[in-house]
Amino acid sequence: MEFTLGQILWMTVAVFLTLCIFSFLYKDNPFYTFAEHLIVGISAGYWIAILYHTSLTDLWIEPLVDSFSALKDIEGATAGKIGMIIVNILPGAIGILMLSRFFKKAAWISRWPIAYYLGVSAGVAFPLFLQSFVIRQVAANMIDPSAMVGTMRSDLTVLYHYGNSTLLFWQGLGEIIIVFGSICGLAYFYFSAEHKGILGGAARIGIWILMIGFGATFGYTVMARVSLLIGRFNFMIDWVSALSEYFRA
Amino acid sequence: MTSGGIWFRLANLDRRWVYLVIGIVTFLPIIFYIGVPVSITPEVQAVYRKIDSLSPGTVIMVPMEFGPSTMAELEPMARAVLRHCFSRDLKIISTALQIEGVILMEKVLRESAAEYGGKYGEDYVFLGYKPYPDIVILNMGENFRKPFPRDYYGNNLDDLPMMNGVANYSNTACIVNINSTSGVDYWINYANGRYGADLALGVTAVIATDYYAFLQSNQIFGLMGGLKGAAEYERLIGRRKDIANRSMTSVSVAHLFIILFIVVGNFAYFINRGKGRA
Amino acid sequence: MRREVPLTIVFVCGAFMAFQYFVPHYVSAAVYQYALNWTIIIGIFTLAVGIGSLIHVHYDRISRRKSTWLYSIVTLAGLSFMAVLGILSPNALTDSQGLFMKMYFYVLSPVQATMFALLAFFIASAAYRAFRAKTVLATLLLLSAVIVMLGRVPIGDMISGWLPEGLRISDVARYILDYPNTAAKRAR
Repeated sequence: MEFTLGQILWMTVAVFLTLCIFSFLYKDNPFYTFAEHLIVGISAGYWIAILYHTSLTDLWIEPLVDSFSALKDIEGATAGKIGMIIVNILPGAIGILMLSRFFKKAAWISRWPIAYYLGVSAGVAFPLFLQSFVIRQVAANMIDPSAMVGTMRSDLTVLYHYGNSTLLFWQGLGEIIIVFGSICGLAYFYFSAEHKGILGGAARIGIWILMIGFGATFGYTVMARVSLLIGRFNFMIDWVSALSEYFRA
Repeated sequence: MTSGGIWFRLANLDRRWVYLVIGIVTFLPIIFYIGVPVSITPEVQAVYRKIDSLSPGTVIMVPMEFGPSTMAELEPMARAVLRHCFSRDLKIISTALQIEGVILMEKVLRESAAEYGGKYGEDYVFLGYKPYPDIVILNMGENFRKPFPRDYYGNNLDDLPMMNGVANYSNTACIVNINSTSGVDYWINYANGRYGADLALGVTAVIATDYYAFLQSNQIFGLMGGLKGAAEYERLIGRRKDIANRSMTSVSVAHLFIILFIVVGNFAYFINRGKGRA
Repeated sequence: MRREVPLTIVFVCGAFMAFQYFVPHYVSAAVYQYALNWTIIIGIFTLAVGIGSLIHVHYDRISRRKSTWLYSIVTLAGLSFMAVLGILSPNALTDSQGLFMKMYFYVLSPVQATMFALLAFFIASAAYRAFRAKTVLATLLLLSAVIVMLGRVPIGDMISGWLPEGLRISDVARYILDYPNTAAKRAR
């Protein structure tokens, strides 16, 4: 692949900024602080541009302009057209109320649009949250114990007679771990009663299961972080390759 | 506190030495690359099999929601899935509901399509970004045109040949969501929970463990986690020399050293505690 | 009034949206649709609040000549440049040779990616200095982490390939993820 001088210079800027951030590993320094402040500003400007082009014009400005233009048409009832104008103005007007946060005496008005968003999101999420995160999950815990025990027993029989296993026993045991492990985990998070007796025993098993789960999450997190570092190293190696290609050409 | 002793010095090692070691052991395997086998897990295989079973011309949704902060993990995964889809002549609808990654998603989709001669509007459509992914995902379940009257490039959706007769999730075979945010929950809640769409997830390794419960409950049919998931998918589509596979050696060595750090750190701690130095 | 009106709005909107899920009537569906669209539009203005706060904080630093005021100039300059460039260029989001795209791919993207790449170093440092198997539970956590770390990368199979199928590190890691991890996440 051929690289132009412009591409090489831009890649060099990117590598310089990458090294500015990495310099923080040695100690905090002006290069890191410069890159950090630069990215805050650039990100904010980027957000403004993206929201302007993808959302503000599409969803508010254009429908509003179209609804005003519709007034000129002969067809259609005027009341309906005025209704559409109001429907298109209102969300912007409510959104502008948010800007009252900048004025101390009027800041309380900004609670109204926030309340609207909270109400809509919560109302939409509530029935579906119950279905997806509670009911479906509880349903998945409803295993058929007789079928499972039968499968585990037949796997052990195969192991006893033939010396090999289809691992169905471990699968069955795993299903038991899921059912009882999740119940015991829930017992651990139940703080309305003292963790004594059966509840205490279940909570203790629950915390063991939770610790195994957290360990698995940590193991995966390590992989995630290392992957990000590898991505940066690959980028810097690509820069070196691009430089050598450019100077060879 | 007495000084001296190798374990005491190890227990109080300046963390910058740890940084240097981890930097070196991660960097060197990239330069001196040795190929390693990558085993395929059932949850990644399930995604591959589903896409592979679709007949040419089927519409599939591949929404991508990641940014520069997680592109090292998810860009290889996204490219592998998109390559598979384009190679099978599937029609792709994509969105980018994470603001930091909109331009990146557009580039990944455009470049993947170009590799297979995919034409915009006929083989793939990029709807772009709108804020509040929960509301957008819910709205798309009614009609894609509701939150997206136009696509990313400003085209009316009805002017795109591919979108003829495609109104919402029920007109797509499945959704393969590649996501680094908590927005995954909205896809499970709304796309699968409310509209019953078949859903598979490609997520960063940080959040991958959270979604095994949904795999077990069949709310998702497949799960790809992190760079390993990307490497598995690359293997399945026959691209063993792509970036995720080539990075597996480096990941392996880094993991070994981190385990070594845990062991040495614990040894140093317990030995010093025994000597009353802790 | 200042508390009651917002609380009423939350309640009315939330109750309507929750009940609408069970009401297929076309009027309810139309109101639901408008409510969702309005939420997106209102959400755009929350960005204006965030940007305004950012500008206010940094402007304050510059005007009072606080210790990092020079860096605040960098922030405000970056913000203005990127916003003006993005809004005034009609093809900012599609022109791959344009300055806006170049700023995204060669300034914003590498810095953000590198900020998160630093975490690899911090996690290694934490593994060395902080993860102590002081209790049985901590040991269980570390063991599970070590098994998953080895089992999910090729080196795990290379180390334990001599073991029978089902007992290799990758199989044990998969078992941990499929069963105890599932139980833990379901409980949470």
